[in-house]
Amino acid sequence: MTEQELERRQQEFDAKVANEERIEPKDWMPDDYRKTVLRQMSQHAHSEVIGMQPEGNWITRAPTLSRKAILLAKIQDEGGHGLYLYSAAETLGTSREQMVEAMHLGKAKYASIFNYPALTWADMGAIGWLVDGAAIVNQVSLQRTSYGPYSRAMIRICKEESFHQRQGYQIMLVLARGSAEQKALAQDALDRWWWPSLMMFGPHDTESAHTAKSMQWKLKRESNDQLRQKFVDQAVPQAEYIGLKMPDPDLRWNEDRGHYDFGKIDWDEFWRVVSGDGACNRQRLAHHIKAQEDGAWVRDAMHAYKEKHRVRSTRSAA
Amino acid sequence: MNHNALPLFEVFIRSKRGLDHRHVGSLHAEDHEQAMEYARDVYLRRSEGVSIWVVNSSDIVASQESDVEQFYDPMDDKPYRHATHYDLPDEVKSM
Repeated sequence: MTEQELERRQQEFDAKVANEERIEPKDWMPDDYRKTVLRQMSQHAHSEVIGMQPEGNWITRAPTLSRKAILLAKIQDEGGHGLYLYSAAETLGTSREQMVEAMHLGKAKYASIFNYPALTWADMGAIGWLVDGAAIVNQVSLQRTSYGPYSRAMIRICKEESFHQRQGYQIMLVLARGSAEQKALAQDALDRWWWPSLMMFGPHDTESAHTAKSMQWKLKRESNDQLRQKFVDQAVPQAEYIGLKMPDPDLRWNEDRGHYDFGKIDWDEFWRVVSGDGACNRQRLAHHIKAQEDGAWVRDAMHAYKEKHRVRSTRSAA
Repeated sequence: MNHNALPLFEVFIRSKRGLDHRHVGSLHAEDHEQAMEYARDVYLRRSEGVSIWVVNSSDIVASQESDVEQFYDPMDDKPYRHATHYDLPDEVKSM
Protein backbone atom coordinates (compact mmCIF):
# COMPACT_ATOMS: atom_id res chain seq x y z
CA MET A 1 0.00 0.00 0.00
CA THR A 2 1.37 3.41 -0.90
CA GLU A 3 1.67 6.07 1.76
CA GLN A 4 -1.08 8.08 0.06
CA GLU A 5 -3.43 5.11 0.02
CA LEU A 6 -2.71 4.43 3.69
CA GLU A 7 -3.47 8.01 4.59
CA ARG A 8 -6.75 7.92 2.66
CA ARG A 9 -7.85 4.76 4.49
CA GLN A 10 -6.87 6.23 7.83
CA GLN A 11 -9.01 9.28 7.05
CA GLU A 12 -11.96 7.08 6.09
CA PHE A 13 -11.58 5.12 9.31
CA ASP A 14 -11.36 8.28 11.42
CA ALA A 15 -14.46 9.69 9.71
CA LYS A 16 -16.47 6.53 10.46
CA VAL A 17 -15.50 6.66 14.10
CA ALA A 18 -16.27 10.38 14.30
CA ASN A 19 -19.70 9.81 12.73
CA GLU A 20 -20.61 7.14 15.30
CA GLU A 21 -20.53 4.45 12.62
CA ARG A 22 -19.40 0.98 13.61
CA ILE A 23 -16.23 -0.61 12.25
CA GLU A 24 -17.05 -3.98 10.68
CA PRO A 25 -14.70 -6.99 10.27
CA LYS A 26 -13.78 -6.48 6.61
CA ASP A 27 -13.16 -2.75 6.95
CA TRP A 28 -9.63 -1.49 6.86
CA MET A 29 -8.51 -0.56 10.36
CA PRO A 30 -5.22 0.66 11.83
CA ASP A 31 -3.04 -2.17 13.18
CA ASP A 32 -3.12 -0.70 16.68
CA TYR A 33 -6.91 -0.62 16.66
CA ARG A 34 -7.05 -4.28 15.60
CA LYS A 35 -4.56 -5.24 18.28
CA THR A 36 -6.34 -3.28 20.98
CA VAL A 37 -9.84 -4.52 20.23
CA LEU A 38 -8.56 -8.10 20.00
CA ARG A 39 -6.77 -7.78 23.34
CA GLN A 40 -9.87 -6.34 24.96
CA MET A 41 -12.27 -8.94 23.54
CA SER A 42 -9.99 -11.87 24.30
CA GLN A 43 -9.56 -10.61 27.88
CA HIS A 44 -13.30 -10.27 28.17
CA ALA A 45 -13.98 -13.75 26.74
CA HIS A 46 -11.40 -15.39 29.03
CA SER A 47 -12.96 -13.58 31.99
CA GLU A 48 -16.40 -15.01 31.26
CA VAL A 49 -15.00 -18.54 31.13
CA ILE A 50 -12.57 -18.33 34.06
CA GLY A 51 -15.32 -16.54 36.02
CA MET A 52 -17.29 -19.79 36.01
CA GLN A 53 -14.80 -21.35 38.43
CA PRO A 54 -15.36 -19.45 41.70
CA GLU A 55 -19.12 -19.95 41.35
CA GLY A 56 -18.86 -23.52 40.07
CA ASN A 57 -17.16 -24.20 43.38
CA TRP A 58 -20.54 -23.70 45.15
CA ILE A 59 -23.00 -25.56 42.93
CA THR A 60 -22.93 -28.73 44.98
CA ARG A 61 -23.20 -26.79 48.23
CA ALA A 62 -25.93 -24.29 47.39
CA PRO A 63 -28.25 -24.07 50.41
CA THR A 64 -31.52 -24.84 48.56
CA LEU A 65 -32.56 -26.47 45.32
CA SER A 66 -33.81 -23.12 44.05
CA ARG A 67 -30.46 -21.44 44.75
CA LYS A 68 -28.70 -24.30 43.02
CA ALA A 69 -30.87 -23.98 39.90
CA ILE A 70 -30.29 -20.21 39.80
CA LEU A 71 -26.53 -20.63 40.19
CA LEU A 72 -26.42 -23.27 37.44
CA ALA A 73 -28.39 -21.04 35.06
CA LYS A 74 -26.08 -18.13 35.78
CA ILE A 75 -22.89 -20.11 35.22
CA GLN A 76 -24.35 -21.56 32.04
CA ASP A 77 -24.93 -17.99 30.83
CA GLU A 78 -21.29 -17.11 31.48
CA GLY A 79 -20.14 -20.00 29.29
CA GLY A 80 -22.42 -18.77 26.50
CA HIS A 81 -21.12 -15.23 26.90
CA GLY A 82 -17.58 -16.50 26.54
CA LEU A 83 -18.62 -18.09 23.24
CA TYR A 84 -20.23 -14.86 21.94
CA LEU A 85 -17.06 -12.97 22.72
CA TYR A 86 -14.65 -15.55 21.30
CA SER A 87 -16.56 -15.64 18.02
CA ALA A 88 -16.73 -11.83 17.88
CA ALA A 89 -12.96 -11.79 18.42
CA GLU A 90 -12.44 -14.44 15.73
CA THR A 91 -13.79 -11.96 13.14
CA LEU A 92 -10.38 -10.31 13.46
CA GLY A 93 -8.64 -13.40 12.14
CA THR A 94 -7.34 -14.94 15.36
CA SER A 95 -8.71 -18.36 16.27
CA ARG A 96 -10.15 -19.31 19.63
CA GLU A 97 -7.40 -21.93 19.98
CA GLN A 98 -4.76 -19.21 19.59
CA MET A 99 -6.49 -17.02 22.17
CA VAL A 100 -6.80 -19.86 24.68
CA GLU A 101 -3.20 -20.86 24.14
CA ALA A 102 -2.09 -17.28 24.78
CA MET A 103 -3.97 -17.38 28.09
CA HIS A 104 -2.42 -20.70 29.06
CA LEU A 105 1.02 -19.26 28.34
CA GLY A 106 0.21 -16.23 30.49
CA LYS A 107 0.40 -13.87 27.49
CA ALA A 108 -3.32 -13.03 27.56
CA LYS A 109 -5.12 -11.97 30.72
CA TYR A 110 -8.52 -12.42 32.26
CA ALA A 111 -10.17 -10.22 34.88
CA SER A 112 -7.98 -10.30 37.94
CA ILE A 113 -10.95 -10.54 40.31
CA PHE A 114 -11.36 -14.23 39.56
CA ASN A 115 -8.05 -14.90 41.23
CA TYR A 116 -9.73 -14.34 44.59
CA PRO A 117 -11.25 -17.39 46.28
CA ALA A 118 -14.99 -17.86 46.92
CA LEU A 119 -14.83 -18.94 50.56
CA THR A 120 -18.46 -18.94 51.75
CA TRP A 121 -21.98 -19.05 50.34
CA ALA A 122 -22.23 -15.30 50.96
CA ASP A 123 -19.52 -14.90 48.32
CA MET A 124 -22.09 -16.04 45.75
CA GLY A 125 -24.13 -13.04 46.82
CA ALA A 126 -21.21 -10.63 46.78
CA ILE A 127 -19.98 -11.86 43.40
CA GLY A 128 -23.39 -11.46 41.76
CA TRP A 129 -24.10 -8.11 43.35
CA LEU A 130 -20.65 -6.51 43.09
CA VAL A 131 -18.58 -8.38 40.50
CA ASP A 132 -21.43 -8.75 38.03
CA GLY A 133 -22.65 -5.30 39.02
CA ALA A 134 -19.28 -3.78 38.12
CA ALA A 135 -19.12 -5.84 34.92
CA ILE A 136 -22.57 -4.66 33.90
CA VAL A 137 -21.66 -0.98 34.38
CA ASN A 138 -18.76 -1.60 32.01
CA GLN A 139 -20.75 -3.69 29.55
CA VAL A 140 -23.67 -1.27 29.29
CA SER A 141 -21.14 1.34 28.25
CA LEU A 142 -19.54 -1.07 25.76
CA GLN A 143 -22.83 -1.64 23.92
CA ARG A 144 -21.80 1.51 22.06
CA THR A 145 -18.21 0.44 21.36
CA SER A 146 -17.01 1.21 17.84
CA TYR A 147 -16.25 -2.38 16.81
CA GLY A 148 -19.51 -3.80 15.40
CA PRO A 149 -19.24 -7.47 16.42
CA TYR A 150 -18.14 -6.48 19.94
CA SER A 151 -21.03 -4.06 20.30
CA ARG A 152 -23.56 -6.67 19.15
CA ALA A 153 -22.15 -9.27 21.55
CA MET A 154 -22.44 -6.75 24.40
CA ILE A 155 -26.08 -6.02 23.59
CA ARG A 156 -26.91 -9.74 23.75
CA ILE A 157 -24.93 -10.25 26.92
CA CYS A 158 -26.49 -7.31 28.77
CA LYS A 159 -29.95 -8.57 27.94
CA GLU A 160 -29.28 -12.03 29.31
CA GLU A 161 -27.27 -10.89 32.26
CA SER A 162 -29.88 -8.67 33.84
CA PHE A 163 -30.74 -11.30 36.42
CA HIS A 164 -27.18 -12.04 37.52
CA GLN A 165 -26.75 -9.00 39.70
CA ARG A 166 -30.23 -9.22 41.17
CA GLN A 167 -29.91 -12.83 42.26
CA GLY A 168 -26.63 -11.90 44.01
CA TYR A 169 -28.12 -8.90 45.75
CA GLN A 170 -31.04 -11.02 46.85
CA ILE A 171 -28.70 -13.56 48.45
CA MET A 172 -27.10 -10.69 50.37
CA LEU A 173 -30.46 -9.24 51.33
CA VAL A 174 -31.70 -12.56 52.74
CA LEU A 175 -28.47 -13.11 54.69
CA ALA A 176 -28.43 -9.54 55.99
CA ARG A 177 -31.94 -9.99 57.37
CA GLY A 178 -31.15 -13.38 58.87
CA SER A 179 -29.44 -14.43 62.09
CA ALA A 180 -26.46 -12.54 63.48
CA GLU A 181 -24.24 -15.25 62.09
CA GLN A 182 -25.74 -14.92 58.61
CA LYS A 183 -25.42 -11.16 58.69
CA ALA A 184 -21.75 -11.51 59.67
CA LEU A 185 -21.27 -13.85 56.72
CA ALA A 186 -22.70 -11.23 54.35
CA GLN A 187 -20.58 -8.46 55.87
CA ASP A 188 -17.44 -10.59 55.59
CA ALA A 189 -18.11 -11.25 51.92
CA LEU A 190 -18.69 -7.55 51.27
CA ASP A 191 -15.44 -6.71 53.12
CA ARG A 192 -13.45 -9.07 50.92
CA TRP A 193 -15.06 -8.31 47.54
CA TRP A 194 -15.57 -4.54 47.68
CA TRP A 195 -12.03 -3.36 46.92
CA PRO A 196 -11.26 -5.97 44.26
CA SER A 197 -14.56 -4.97 42.59
CA LEU A 198 -13.39 -1.36 42.40
CA MET A 199 -10.12 -2.57 40.89
CA MET A 200 -12.06 -4.30 38.10
CA PHE A 201 -12.34 -0.98 36.28
CA GLY A 202 -8.58 -0.88 35.91
CA PRO A 203 -5.96 1.73 36.82
CA HIS A 204 -6.82 5.42 37.23
CA ASP A 205 -7.16 7.32 33.97
CA THR A 206 -3.85 9.08 34.58
CA GLU A 207 -2.09 5.69 34.92
CA SER A 208 -3.90 3.69 32.28
CA ALA A 209 -1.72 2.83 29.30
CA HIS A 210 -4.59 2.25 26.89
CA THR A 211 -7.41 4.54 27.95
CA ALA A 212 -6.65 7.66 25.91
CA LYS A 213 -6.25 5.78 22.64
CA SER A 214 -9.28 3.55 23.30
CA MET A 215 -11.45 6.57 24.07
CA GLN A 216 -10.26 8.29 20.90
CA TRP A 217 -11.22 5.21 18.89
CA LYS A 218 -14.51 4.99 20.82
CA LEU A 219 -13.65 1.43 21.74
CA LYS A 220 -14.22 2.61 25.29
CA ARG A 221 -17.00 5.13 25.75
CA GLU A 222 -16.30 6.08 29.34
CA SER A 223 -13.01 6.08 31.21
CA ASN A 224 -12.05 3.70 34.03
CA ASP A 225 -12.59 6.38 36.67
CA GLN A 226 -15.96 7.48 35.28
CA LEU A 227 -17.24 3.91 35.26
CA ARG A 228 -15.85 3.23 38.72
CA GLN A 229 -17.61 6.31 40.11
CA LYS A 230 -20.88 5.22 38.51
CA PHE A 231 -20.57 1.83 40.18
CA VAL A 232 -19.77 3.29 43.61
CA ASP A 233 -22.75 5.66 43.38
CA GLN A 234 -25.05 2.72 42.65
CA ALA A 235 -23.64 0.28 45.19
CA VAL A 236 -23.43 2.48 48.29
CA PRO A 237 -27.20 3.02 48.74
CA GLN A 238 -27.74 -0.68 47.99
CA ALA A 239 -25.41 -1.62 50.86
CA GLU A 240 -27.05 0.89 53.18
CA TYR A 241 -30.48 -0.46 52.38
CA ILE A 242 -29.61 -3.97 53.55
CA GLY A 243 -27.73 -2.63 56.55
CA LEU A 244 -24.21 -3.62 55.52
CA LYS A 245 -21.21 -1.37 55.96
CA MET A 246 -18.80 -0.60 53.13
CA PRO A 247 -15.21 -1.37 54.26
CA ASP A 248 -14.01 2.16 53.53
CA PRO A 249 -13.71 4.78 56.31
CA ASP A 250 -13.23 7.54 53.71
CA LEU A 251 -16.47 6.83 51.90
CA ARG A 252 -18.86 9.78 52.08
CA TRP A 253 -21.32 11.70 49.96
CA ASN A 254 -19.82 14.78 48.35
CA GLU A 255 -22.56 17.35 47.94
CA ASP A 256 -20.50 19.55 45.60
CA ARG A 257 -19.56 16.77 43.21
CA GLY A 258 -22.90 14.99 43.48
CA HIS A 259 -20.97 11.75 43.91
CA TYR A 260 -19.55 9.58 46.66
CA ASP A 261 -15.91 10.16 47.53
CA PHE A 262 -14.05 6.98 48.34
CA GLY A 263 -10.71 5.92 49.79
CA LYS A 264 -7.45 4.98 48.13
CA ILE A 265 -7.35 1.75 46.18
CA ASP A 266 -4.41 -0.54 46.98
CA TRP A 267 -2.83 -0.65 43.55
CA ASP A 268 0.10 -2.71 44.82
CA GLU A 269 -2.37 -5.49 45.51
CA PHE A 270 -3.93 -5.01 42.08
CA TRP A 271 -0.61 -5.33 40.25
CA ARG A 272 0.48 -8.22 42.45
CA VAL A 273 -2.64 -10.19 41.49
CA VAL A 274 -2.50 -9.18 37.82
CA SER A 275 1.09 -10.32 37.55
CA GLY A 276 0.24 -13.77 38.86
CA ASP A 277 0.52 -13.65 42.61
CA GLY A 278 -3.12 -13.71 43.72
CA ALA A 279 -4.55 -16.45 45.89
CA CYS A 280 -5.86 -18.54 42.97
CA ASN A 281 -3.98 -17.57 39.78
CA ARG A 282 -2.23 -20.91 39.42
CA GLN A 283 -5.30 -22.89 40.38
CA ARG A 284 -7.57 -21.11 37.84
CA LEU A 285 -5.20 -21.70 34.93
CA ALA A 286 -4.39 -25.26 35.95
CA HIS A 287 -8.09 -26.05 36.15
CA HIS A 288 -8.77 -24.58 32.72
CA ILE A 289 -5.91 -26.54 31.16
CA LYS A 290 -7.03 -29.73 32.87
CA ALA A 291 -10.64 -29.29 31.70
CA GLN A 292 -9.40 -28.85 28.16
CA GLU A 293 -7.15 -31.91 28.34
CA ASP A 294 -9.81 -34.03 30.01
CA GLY A 295 -12.25 -33.18 27.23
CA ALA A 296 -9.81 -33.91 24.41
CA TRP A 297 -10.98 -37.53 23.97
CA VAL A 298 -14.52 -36.31 23.17
CA ARG A 299 -13.27 -34.02 20.42
CA ASP A 300 -10.93 -36.76 19.15
CA ALA A 301 -13.80 -39.26 19.08
CA MET A 302 -16.07 -36.86 17.17
CA HIS A 303 -13.32 -36.25 14.66
CA ALA A 304 -12.57 -39.96 14.25
CA TYR A 305 -16.27 -40.71 13.73
CA LYS A 306 -16.57 -38.05 11.05
CA GLU A 307 -13.39 -39.27 9.37
CA LYS A 308 -14.69 -42.85 9.32
CA HIS A 309 -17.87 -41.76 7.56
CA ARG A 310 -15.97 -39.60 5.10
CA VAL A 311 -13.74 -42.52 4.11
CA ARG A 312 -16.77 -44.83 3.80
CA SER A 313 -18.71 -42.48 1.57
CA THR A 314 -15.66 -41.92 -0.67
CA ARG A 315 -15.31 -45.70 -0.98
CA SER A 316 -18.94 -46.28 -1.86
CA ALA A 317 -18.78 -43.47 -4.40
CA ALA A 318 -15.76 -45.05 -6.07
CA MET B 1 -30.91 -23.73 -21.43
CA ASN B 2 -32.48 -24.83 -18.17
CA HIS B 3 -32.05 -21.99 -15.68
CA ASN B 4 -33.55 -24.06 -12.88
CA ALA B 5 -30.34 -25.98 -12.87
CA LEU B 6 -28.45 -22.95 -11.62
CA PRO B 7 -27.63 -23.30 -7.93
CA LEU B 8 -29.63 -21.29 -5.42
CA PHE B 9 -28.06 -18.66 -3.17
CA GLU B 10 -29.45 -17.04 -0.04
CA VAL B 11 -28.90 -13.31 0.29
CA PHE B 12 -28.25 -11.44 3.53
CA ILE B 13 -28.03 -7.66 3.77
CA ARG B 14 -26.59 -5.43 6.45
CA SER B 15 -28.80 -2.37 6.29
CA LYS B 16 -26.51 -0.20 8.37
CA ARG B 17 -23.12 -0.47 10.01
CA GLY B 18 -23.42 -1.89 13.49
CA LEU B 19 -26.43 -4.08 12.67
CA ASP B 20 -26.50 -7.80 11.90
CA HIS B 21 -26.90 -9.09 8.34
CA ARG B 22 -30.52 -10.12 7.77
CA HIS B 23 -31.92 -12.61 5.33
CA VAL B 24 -33.75 -10.82 2.52
CA GLY B 25 -34.34 -13.55 -0.09
CA SER B 26 -32.63 -15.83 -2.56
CA LEU B 27 -31.65 -16.04 -6.21
CA HIS B 28 -30.15 -18.40 -8.77
CA ALA B 29 -26.66 -17.81 -10.06
CA GLU B 30 -23.75 -19.62 -11.64
CA ASP B 31 -21.34 -18.96 -8.78
CA HIS B 32 -20.68 -16.74 -5.76
CA GLU B 33 -19.40 -13.88 -7.83
CA GLN B 34 -22.44 -13.81 -10.05
CA ALA B 35 -24.74 -14.25 -7.05
CA MET B 36 -23.12 -11.17 -5.53
CA GLU B 37 -23.76 -9.14 -8.69
CA TYR B 38 -27.36 -10.30 -8.93
CA ALA B 39 -27.94 -9.63 -5.25
CA ARG B 40 -26.68 -6.11 -5.71
CA ASP B 41 -28.94 -5.63 -8.73
CA VAL B 42 -32.02 -7.15 -7.13
CA TYR B 43 -31.86 -6.33 -3.45
CA LEU B 44 -29.83 -3.15 -3.23
CA ARG B 45 -31.45 -0.84 -5.74
CA ARG B 46 -32.71 1.68 -3.20
CA SER B 47 -29.76 1.83 -0.81
CA GLU B 48 -31.19 -0.95 1.31
CA GLY B 49 -27.81 -1.83 2.70
CA VAL B 50 -24.08 -1.42 3.02
CA SER B 51 -22.96 -5.03 2.87
CA ILE B 52 -24.12 -8.28 1.22
CA TRP B 53 -23.54 -11.92 2.13
CA VAL B 54 -24.37 -14.61 -0.41
CA VAL B 55 -24.43 -18.20 0.81
CA ASN B 56 -24.98 -21.34 -1.22
CA SER B 57 -28.46 -22.50 -0.12
CA SER B 58 -27.31 -26.10 0.00
CA ASP B 59 -24.79 -25.10 2.68
CA ILE B 60 -27.57 -24.04 5.03
CA VAL B 61 -28.67 -26.59 7.59
CA ALA B 62 -32.09 -25.69 8.95
CA SER B 63 -34.13 -27.03 11.83
CA GLN B 64 -37.81 -27.83 11.36
CA GLU B 65 -40.68 -26.15 13.11
CA SER B 66 -41.64 -29.49 14.57
CA ASP B 67 -38.28 -29.55 16.39
CA VAL B 68 -39.16 -26.34 18.08
CA GLU B 69 -39.81 -27.78 21.50
CA GLN B 70 -36.44 -29.44 21.80
CA PHE B 71 -34.54 -26.60 20.16
CA TYR B 72 -36.12 -23.48 21.48
CA ASP B 73 -37.78 -24.50 24.70
CA PRO B 74 -38.03 -21.10 26.41
CA MET B 75 -37.87 -22.92 29.75
CA ASP B 76 -40.81 -21.05 31.17
CA ASP B 77 -40.53 -23.34 34.18
CA LYS B 78 -37.31 -21.50 35.03
CA PRO B 79 -38.53 -17.97 35.71
CA TYR B 80 -35.43 -17.25 37.79
CA ARG B 81 -33.52 -16.64 34.57
CA HIS B 82 -35.27 -13.29 34.24
CA ALA B 83 -34.58 -10.13 36.21
CA THR B 84 -38.27 -9.64 36.96
CA HIS B 85 -38.22 -12.80 39.09
CA TYR B 86 -36.35 -10.93 41.83
CA ASP B 87 -38.45 -8.49 43.80
CA LEU B 88 -36.32 -5.50 44.64
CA PRO B 89 -37.31 -2.71 46.98
CA ASP B 90 -37.87 0.68 45.32
CA GLU B 91 -34.90 2.10 47.19
CA VAL B 92 -32.46 0.10 45.08
CA LYS B 93 -34.12 0.47 41.72
CA SER B 94 -31.02 1.04 39.63
CA MET B 95 -30.05 -2.59 39.14
